[in-house]
Formats: sequence, C-alpha cells, structure tokens
Amino acid sequence: MRITVKLFAILRDEAGVGELLLDLPADSDVAYAVDRTVKQFPSIGDHLARAAYAVNREYAKPETALHDGDELALIPPVSGG
Amino acid sequence: MSDWIDILSTALPISQAIEFVTHPDAGGINIFLGTTRAERSPAHRDLVALDYDAYHLMAMQRMNRLAVEARRSWPIVRLAILHRMGRVHLGEPSVIIAVSCPHRADAFAACRWLIDQLKADVPIWKKEIWADGANSWVLPDLEKSGQ
Repeated sequence: MRITVKLFAILRDEAGVGELLLDLPADSDVAYAVDRTVKQFPSIGDHLARAAYAVNREYAKPETALHDGDELALIPPVSGG
Repeated sequence: MSDWIDILSTALPISQAIEFVTHPDAGGINIFLGTTRAERSPAHRDLVALDYDAYHLMAMQRMNRLAVEARRSWPIVRLAILHRMGRVHLGEPSVIIAVSCPHRADAFAACRWLIDQLKADVPIWKKEIWADGANSWVLPDLEKSGQ
C-alpha cells in the first residue's frame, strides 16, 4: 500500500520536508509507518515522545491499521491560540 | 449560517466577529481574544512575534466539531471561531472566540470552554520569533492550563 505522511512544526523542520509518500506492506499500522519515517529522517526521532498521530484527519493510536491511500499525520504537541 | 469558523491569513476581523454573533435572541455576548504577549528570554532577548502553522483540513474539522459540542452543552445563538495563520506581532490577536447566548452565564462558560478545547486539541502550532532572529517552536507544558 502507499500512504502519505505529513509532518508539522518541529518535525517538518527536522526532516526538511512536510510531506512524503511511503510504500508499506499490507496490514501495516501507524507504529510501523512511524518507524519507517524515522528511519528515513532519524532526527525526528528525538521529537516523537509527545507526538500524536492522525489518520485521515482523525486522531489515531499506534496500533491503528493503515490502508492504501491513507494520510498519516505526525502531530507534535499543539500550541494554537 | 449560525457559525463562522475559519482560518485566516490576514488580521482577524474583531468587530465583524462581534457583529456576526450579535442577535436579538442573545442577551450576552462573550468575546475572547488570544494575543501575542511580550516575553524576554536571556538568550534571545525580546520576542518579536509568534508565527502560526496548522494542519488546515484537520484543524477546521476539529473546530467545527467543538462548535457542535458546545451547542449541545449551552444554548448558543451564534458563535465564531477564527484563527490566524502566519506572523502575529505583539498585542495582535491570533484567535477570536465569539459566543452569544440568551444569558450571560452560558456565554462566559461556552466561550471559555471553546478556547480551552481549541488549545488542547486543534492541530495548530506556534513558533516564537525572537529579536536576534532565532526562532523556536512552543512546547506547551503538560501541567499548565488556563494560561
């Protein structure tokens, strides 16, 4: 399957990109996709301890299953307002 | 339209927000403005501005959901949730929450709840822009609330 990963704020700054495509095995979950993203951009690893995840704009857990065409967002602690 | 919810890249329209929520059915209008507060850090000298970014589609979705939830809890006549993107200088508002209700207690409560929830849950981030050119993403303290 192919998914889009979106990075924001400090994660985007560290990776140098805001969006990337990942080809993953079927039955991959959020945790696996995050691991793969960290492998590609190791410096974001330090900033994931408090990150949240969203799949198709809904907050998700590491064990949430992914499907072809999904959009996974890595969301650092929010600071709006 | 009974809700005005938007992310804007220009200065926030405060008086328009007040006008929008004004209604004959409402006896109380509560407005909250979140503004950029001056700060001095020993390393970076003075704060010049905050710079905001968002996961736009999800932020809009979450703000719309907060409006739906607020309407379930309080008798809201009209509400506006407006957040600014990009650079916000000292004293300028980055967010407006405007709520009108028949009675003031509900307007106060709904407005407070909406800004507290927005700050907890909506995917928007701010970066501190310092006078010496340095910048740093704000990492909210998990213990703080009502700041």
